[in-house]
Amino acid sequence: MIEAPALSLAALAPLLCVFGAACVGVLVEAFAPRDVRHPVQVAIALVGTLGGLVTSLLLVGERQVTAGGALAVDGAAVFLQATIAGLGALSLLLFAERSLDPARSAFVAAAAVPAGSPRDRELMTAPRVQTEVYPLATFAIGGMMLFVAANDLLVMFVALEVLSLPLYLISGMARRRRLLSQEAAVKYFLLGAFASAFFLYGLALVYGATGSIRLSAIREASAGEAGGGVLLVLGLALLVVGLMFKASVAPFHAWTPDVYQGAPTPVTAFMAACTKVAAFGAILRLLYVAFGTSEWTWRPLVYGIAIVSMVVGAVLGLTQTDLKRMLAYSSIAHAGFLLTGVLGYGGGADGTGSGLGATMFYLLAYGLTTIGAFAVLTLVRDGDGEATHLSTWAGLGRRSPLTAAVMALFLLALAGIPLTSGFTGKFAVFRAAIDDGAWPLVLVALLASAVAAFFYLRVIVLMYFSEPAADGPTVGVPGLPTTLVLAVTVTATVVLGVVPGAVLDLAEQAAIFVG
Amino acid sequence: MSLTHYLVLAAILFTIGAVGVLVRRNAIVVFMCVELMLNSVNLTLVTFARANGTVDGQVMAFFVMVVAAAEVVVGLAIIMSIYRTRRSASVDDANLLKY
Repeated sequence: MIEAPALSLAALAPLLCVFGAACVGVLVEAFAPRDVRHPVQVAIALVGTLGGLVTSLLLVGERQVTAGGALAVDGAAVFLQATIAGLGALSLLLFAERSLDPARSAFVAAAAVPAGSPRDRELMTAPRVQTEVYPLATFAIGGMMLFVAANDLLVMFVALEVLSLPLYLISGMARRRRLLSQEAAVKYFLLGAFASAFFLYGLALVYGATGSIRLSAIREASAGEAGGGVLLVLGLALLVVGLMFKASVAPFHAWTPDVYQGAPTPVTAFMAACTKVAAFGAILRLLYVAFGTSEWTWRPLVYGIAIVSMVVGAVLGLTQTDLKRMLAYSSIAHAGFLLTGVLGYGGGADGTGSGLGATMFYLLAYGLTTIGAFAVLTLVRDGDGEATHLSTWAGLGRRSPLTAAVMALFLLALAGIPLTSGFTGKFAVFRAAIDDGAWPLVLVALLASAVAAFFYLRVIVLMYFSEPAADGPTVGVPGLPTTLVLAVTVTATVVLGVVPGAVLDLAEQAAIFVG
Repeated sequence: MSLTHYLVLAAILFTIGAVGVLVRRNAIVVFMCVELMLNSVNLTLVTFARANGTVDGQVMAFFVMVVAAAEVVVGLAIIMSIYRTRRSASVDDANLLKY
């Protein structure tokens, strides 16, 4: 007789909300008539993610291990789940925008129709919209929320796939420039599957070394012998490679610029914000909980990767001429800054360093700003969809002062200028790293920030101090969803920069792992 | 044969798969190499389950199979869609996005 594991439904409520909404979405897709699907799907996806946000806020202060030990619902899990659900809801609003594109949607009407075929051209101008993206995105959000709460390497692997598989699909569904979008999907899929095979082999080696895949059991086993033996170290390295790939950290970043550029912009916003939060949540849990006692095994590795990531992101970002690609390199540089926070571990038992809270705050601040920046990119359009080439943005400040001002705010926040959320986040992670003695790394980080600030400021200079081109792009009037996203992200960017105290305290209090 | 032989065989299969992903040009073959990597992991898991005397590793192998099946569905759909447009599944032909 097998005993059913103890299951606390209350602690799982955020996950149940989101996955429930995704399943209902699949049923709606199968049974509801085509013309009512769009509003219904948007409503279901938003109710699910906002439900996930509210239920996870109700769980604040919860600390328990549930589902037979497979899930840890603790301060960090709840904070990150709330962050993912909130950012996911904002991305879904961008998905739902219908007034910007003349074809009424950013997604292709029928993804199976070959690009460029007569049927494709016919559908291009048809008012038909595709609604499968909503359940897919909701499943991805659910997978991310599971990812940050996984207390077991197998659950972590399954969650990794649940979040990745829908992302591979929706990044290939752009309505315009379909070849680019399909190419992005193929690259993302092949490299993603490659990286998850590495993660899995790491899982197998750790299982072999410790006889368990429970994070707490790995912690005990690695504390026993000195460092835990070759198998364990090899397993740790492979697990880290798999997770760093998802977090788009250089040198595992090869897919990032291509996929960010090729995917539909709302999907890029979703990936840039939510996947990063989820991947860093898993990295923090793996390193702090499972390998917290063998800190000196992973510390040099993460130290080196952080430097590579910051330098690669900042230097290659300088050479970009496409805004989406530039923001992709910016995301690689920010992944390096986030790793600086991860290194502020403190060495002792859980949560003695200030790195965990600082990293979580940075993730929230960066997610909100980056969704806002991509939302602005969807507004500036020419005849063939979005005008993302840098030269087309010349003189935007004169043509559309409000759009340019909003974009300038986001770019300043990404650069980390004081009084924006980016500054508070950077200050927090750098202080955590210095407290832990990693000041040479912070020095590199400051130099990289200075280099990165150059390419953000270049866009601002271009918008305000160049003559607008005669046949430049037009700035679309956003509908309610995009307006809402911009309002929320602008407010958050300013508030988290001017009065960050309350949220910083919240992140600090949430910085606790059980397991 | 000791259990080490199985582990070494699995490591060799994993390496063949990883090298295949890096050098082969056809997206379908690249994908098959990824599947080879996943199956070598299954062999490792089952061997360690035997060594530890528990069934955990065998159960994990089933999970991996299910996930691999789901990955096949998504992967082939994506490769089909690009093949229909370009009449080629070569990863070298997909070169619109660079630098």
